[in-house]
Amino acid sequence: MVILAGVLSGTATRVVLLRIDYRQYPGYPHGYLAHAFLGFIASALGAVAVPAILKPDFTAVTFLALAAQQFREIRNMERKTLESLEESELVSRGLDYIEGIARTFEARNYLVMGTSFLTSLAAQFWGLPIAVVTAFFAFLTSLYFMSGEVIGDMCTVVPARISFDGPILMVDEISIVNIGLKPMREKIIRDGLAVKIIPKDGNARATIHDIGQRRAIAFTAAAILGTKKDVDIPEFTPLARKNPDTGEVGLFIVPMVKDMERFIAAVKLTPVLESARSKPLNAGSSIDVAKKMDKG
Amino acid sequence: MSTEQILAVVTLDKSQVYYGAPVFLTHNEDEQERMAVSLSGILNAMVHDLGNGTYVLVKH
Repeated sequence: MVILAGVLSGTATRVVLLRIDYRQYPGYPHGYLAHAFLGFIASALGAVAVPAILKPDFTAVTFLALAAQQFREIRNMERKTLESLEESELVSRGLDYIEGIARTFEARNYLVMGTSFLTSLAAQFWGLPIAVVTAFFAFLTSLYFMSGEVIGDMCTVVPARISFDGPILMVDEISIVNIGLKPMREKIIRDGLAVKIIPKDGNARATIHDIGQRRAIAFTAAAILGTKKDVDIPEFTPLARKNPDTGEVGLFIVPMVKDMERFIAAVKLTPVLESARSKPLNAGSSIDVAKKMDKG
Repeated sequence: MSTEQILAVVTLDKSQVYYGAPVFLTHNEDEQERMAVSLSGILNAMVHDLGNGTYVLVKH
């Protein structure tokens, strides 16, 4: 009974978390099945831990170490799959984004294990009704942990104008790339969309200057709006370049659906990558110490 | 990171000599533009305008 409660709550958590991540990762039916099942294993491990400790059969707890190993394997699996798909992707995700997704998949299994552990703990000591409540709260906590920051939290995104300075494609005052062919230039003026991403502070600026983060933004925009790019039309590759003076980033795309509102929403919804996040502003205190050291 | 490479040069100006990449001499802008378009399709490369009557095709 105790184990069943844990397993059920854990598996439910995993399935719901799977639904949430569809934006960053196309859910293939086989992928869903694999992850739901691995989630089931994770929750079984978490649930079994409680009776094992109570028995007391402490060697059973070493199973948890085995579980950690198993979940690292999940990270590798996700990374390998995405990396091998990357080559045939018109607009690539970039390695940073892949790493972020792989890490998320690993972390979710730990959350599942935690949920089932807490639930079976509650079921063991306080009975089923309390277990249901615990499961619910653990579930909410998991949701909270898994909804990370998005670009919209740290930057404002405004529409921008595409123009050409000779052959150079400009998004407002930011130069993006040299487009040689006149028909291409005309098409980009006609069909292209551009936005300017304005960081709200120094931390945000450092984050969107990360190349991997910029590629992730371009990927999300292209995934949601579609892209007119093809292997023989590299001119339409979505590109994000920064203004070296102000730190603003200009992003241009030639989408299938020319819809500025959706474009801005896609950019805002791009997750902030763990590897890109940096907080130079919060380094202040240690910088002050270093300055004093200099003065002697 | 990707390694950029100049795959071909399409130029109007005979006096511009390039080494290391095939050079395609053309007689007028129309021909130059058409040549650049077909080469870009064949090589899956991007055409850049150097602004002096010369196009380079670069693989990104």
